[in-house]
Amino acid sequence: MDYVIEMLGITKKFPGIIANDNISLQLRKGEIHALLGENGAGKSTLMSVLFGMYQPDSGVIKKNSKEVCIDSPSDATRLGIGMVHQHFKLVHNFTVLENIMLGVEITRNGFLKMDDARKQVLEISQRYGLDIEPDALISDITVGMQQRTEILKMLYRKNEILIFDEPTAVLIPQEINELMNIMQGLAAEGKSILFITHKLNEIKAVANRCTVLRKGRYIGTVDVASVSKEELSEMMVGRKVSLTVDKPDKAPGGVIFEARDLVVKSRLTGKNVVDHVSFQVREGEIVCIAGIDGNGQRELVYALTGLAPPDTGVMMLDGADITRESIRGRDKHGMAHIPEDRHKHGLVLEYNLAYNLALQTYFKPRFQKRRFLRFDAIYQYAAALIERFDIRSGQGARTITRSMSGGNQQKAILAREIDRDPKLLIAVQPTRGLDVGAIEYIHQQLVEVRGSNKAVLLVSLELDEVMNVSDRILVIFEGRLVAELNPKETTQQDLGLYMAGSKGNLPAFSKEESSA
Amino acid sequence: MNGRLKQILNLNNSASAISSLTAILVGLLAGFIVLLLSNPSQALGGFGAILTGGVSDRKNMGQMLYFATPIIMTGLSVSFASRTGLFNIGASGQFIAGAYCAVLVSVRAPFLPGPSRWMAALLAAMIAGALWGLIPGALKAFGNVNEVISCIMMNYIGMYLVNFLITQTVFDSLKNQSMRVSGNGNLPKMGLDLLFREGNNVSSANFGIVIAILMAILLCILLEKTQFGYELKACGFNQAAAKYAGINERRSIILSMTIAGAMAGLGGALLYLAGSGKGIDVVDVLAAEGFNGIPVALLALNSPVGVIFSGLFIAYLTVGGFNMQLYSFAPQVIDIIIAIIIYFSAFALLLKNLLRQRALTGQEGEKS
Ligand SMILES: Nc1ncnc2c1ncn2[C@@H]1O[C@H](COP(=O)(O)OP(=O)(O)OP(=O)(O)O)[C@@H](O)[C@H]1O
Ligand SMILES: [Mg+2]
Repeated sequence: MDYVIEMLGITKKFPGIIANDNISLQLRKGEIHALLGENGAGKSTLMSVLFGMYQPDSGVIKKNSKEVCIDSPSDATRLGIGMVHQHFKLVHNFTVLENIMLGVEITRNGFLKMDDARKQVLEISQRYGLDIEPDALISDITVGMQQRTEILKMLYRKNEILIFDEPTAVLIPQEINELMNIMQGLAAEGKSILFITHKLNEIKAVANRCTVLRKGRYIGTVDVASVSKEELSEMMVGRKVSLTVDKPDKAPGGVIFEARDLVVKSRLTGKNVVDHVSFQVREGEIVCIAGIDGNGQRELVYALTGLAPPDTGVMMLDGADITRESIRGRDKHGMAHIPEDRHKHGLVLEYNLAYNLALQTYFKPRFQKRRFLRFDAIYQYAAALIERFDIRSGQGARTITRSMSGGNQQKAILAREIDRDPKLLIAVQPTRGLDVGAIEYIHQQLVEVRGSNKAVLLVSLELDEVMNVSDRILVIFEGRLVAELNPKETTQQDLGLYMAGSKGNLPAFSKEESSA
Repeated sequence: MNGRLKQILNLNNSASAISSLTAILVGLLAGFIVLLLSNPSQALGGFGAILTGGVSDRKNMGQMLYFATPIIMTGLSVSFASRTGLFNIGASGQFIAGAYCAVLVSVRAPFLPGPSRWMAALLAAMIAGALWGLIPGALKAFGNVNEVISCIMMNYIGMYLVNFLITQTVFDSLKNQSMRVSGNGNLPKMGLDLLFREGNNVSSANFGIVIAILMAILLCILLEKTQFGYELKACGFNQAAAKYAGINERRSIILSMTIAGAMAGLGGALLYLAGSGKGIDVVDVLAAEGFNGIPVALLALNSPVGVIFSGLFIAYLTVGGFNMQLYSFAPQVIDIIIAIIIYFSAFALLLKNLLRQRALTGQEGEKS
């Protein structure tokens, strides 16, 4: 059997941790090869080694059985290796087209030949069904389109070996299906794909083989068709994982949070992106706002958390009117927020882990004395959270957060917000990028928050999560709450229909019908 | 106590110290090449003079402390603001506003007894500088006005206003500068001038350098040890995350610029109250000390304690430059050489920083 790429005995050390410990991986031509492992298992690191971003401490890489030396991403590009990173690497104030061309610009007499590039890009985008707007700025487009831009970047460079680092973590279900189709199309054309994901369904759906890593070590490579999801997750975590949530029945108590008639207008169009939204969350209840991405969830969450106050409406938290409260004021009333974008809002990446774990509490008496930070208390607290939430990193509390694996960054935010013991926890996509073991743990934590008579407002695009975790589902469509559902009496298919706006059972929905 | 002090001073971990030193070497090399091009026969001698001038005798060492004082202060000003993600290019205006207020108080308040006169002058300077920093800070916080633009405007407003006010209040029309400060209006020497002298020739070294070093340590404690510093740095690194964490970014921006301004203003006072007989010239030129704060801060990687050393280094080149005149280099050429060394150093450092950031080794960063 000949392989296009062989990574043999790769070892890569970082301060305090062996991220890859003698790992081997062989990629066949035209296959989709999944890479599975817990958060921090070393998947991104291994792929970064292949892409020339890190030099391995030992081990060899072969392409078509010939040993090659990949010292930089440009070496990798020359060898036909392309990568879509876990956190995209796009220039935000450039257009899609400019980003695709960046680094391989076609010029004539020193001037850019945009037209040729545009033609080529559009041709590729049509051929693979990668829908983009070439002249839109990256900062204005959805993550889905940003990702298609990244894929086009690889194809434009005529890469034959394509690395996808958790491409589906940021996508909505429809986009995931599209991406799967695209990947299968690429593989059928003879391109070889390395695919990192935490979602076993996706591996089952598209991958031919799967290599499993655990804590930096190689566990094995299996034919996907011959193993079950349960077996895969056991290989990866080293124990049995329950893929469903254990949730005792519980009657909700009094109202903890109430939003009345919230309206958020778009800065650009003046349209109501959040359109007269009212709802309540009660003690001991997990309420989920479900919807297709871009239906006003983000604006609603910003309004609730104070990041961008609503234009009109009232919010009550635990009996107090918090409509005009600052962010810190809301925190004091008992609101915690797991933000959607962990790099933008959730973390100060240059701070170490301990500093980030104290980001919402550093001013509390336990962490400061006469406005001097109490470092011993901060580091002790960090150590406790790291232990409890199993946050893995090279140098513990002193690890610079930027160097941590994506999933462990997410765990740090979760730990911080859950441990503040909030009355209302607003969790936006809390399990994005987490491995199945960690998801199980987080879901247990959410259920525990509910058990202690606190409330959770979950915003999720993940249908499984919505159905499994929540007590009540509110469906948002075009900024309006159109349906209230009981997950026990609803099927996923049904939920999908509500989310797509073709069904509804709340007044907002009938209003739309009558106006239509 | 000793351990804690060590911890504070040990900010420049070895990695950043090495990169600063490499940058300086690159700068020196570039300066030498220019010297070679401009006058090959004297290049070696001239280069030797610039390298050894600062330490050739004790008076020169004293002069080095004297020249270092104001640029340490403006360096602190620039670096403090950058830690909050702001580019304080207005140190020049803040510096001159401080200088004027200090001279005004020192000259016009002889009734203040003993050392309280220079102390009052320093306080006035800090307030004036703080005000000059506060305005661009407030404009940024409330109107989202780019601080670079408002700072540049404040530089010119400061310069012309001070020129005008000098002619109205403390003008020495013979010299076309501000009147001389005398007696207790000046900073005490604390014996530094006598310590750093050559024969009967005393240097201009004075208590100002001690104040500058104390300020650097103070800012360092503020940034690394306090809640306020934690907030400022969070804003500097990631404003969106700081906002999410409930940190008042507006307040942070305004306070950061105010403190930065106070530092530059104090720098103006420390220079003109140094007792060297220097007055504020009434000329239409922005104070160079303000801009020299930028390379000082760059070279120090924005660490306040690092600023002490980079300020001393640039003062050392300045003193060395005077010695170069012995080798018949025109003062302008000397200025060019010094500028080349400084800017190459700063530039090399910038490059290195960028590279290191991209390498993401996670080695650097947390300093306490
Ligand atoms: N640049 C770096 N400096 C120091 N440590 C690093 C660096 N990059 C990764 N690490 C460490 O190496 C380990 C493996 O990280 P990696 O990003 O490869 O994990 P991963 O398998 O991709 O996890 P995830 O599923 O969470 O993305 C982690 O413990 C991480 O803290
Ligand atoms: Mg990863």
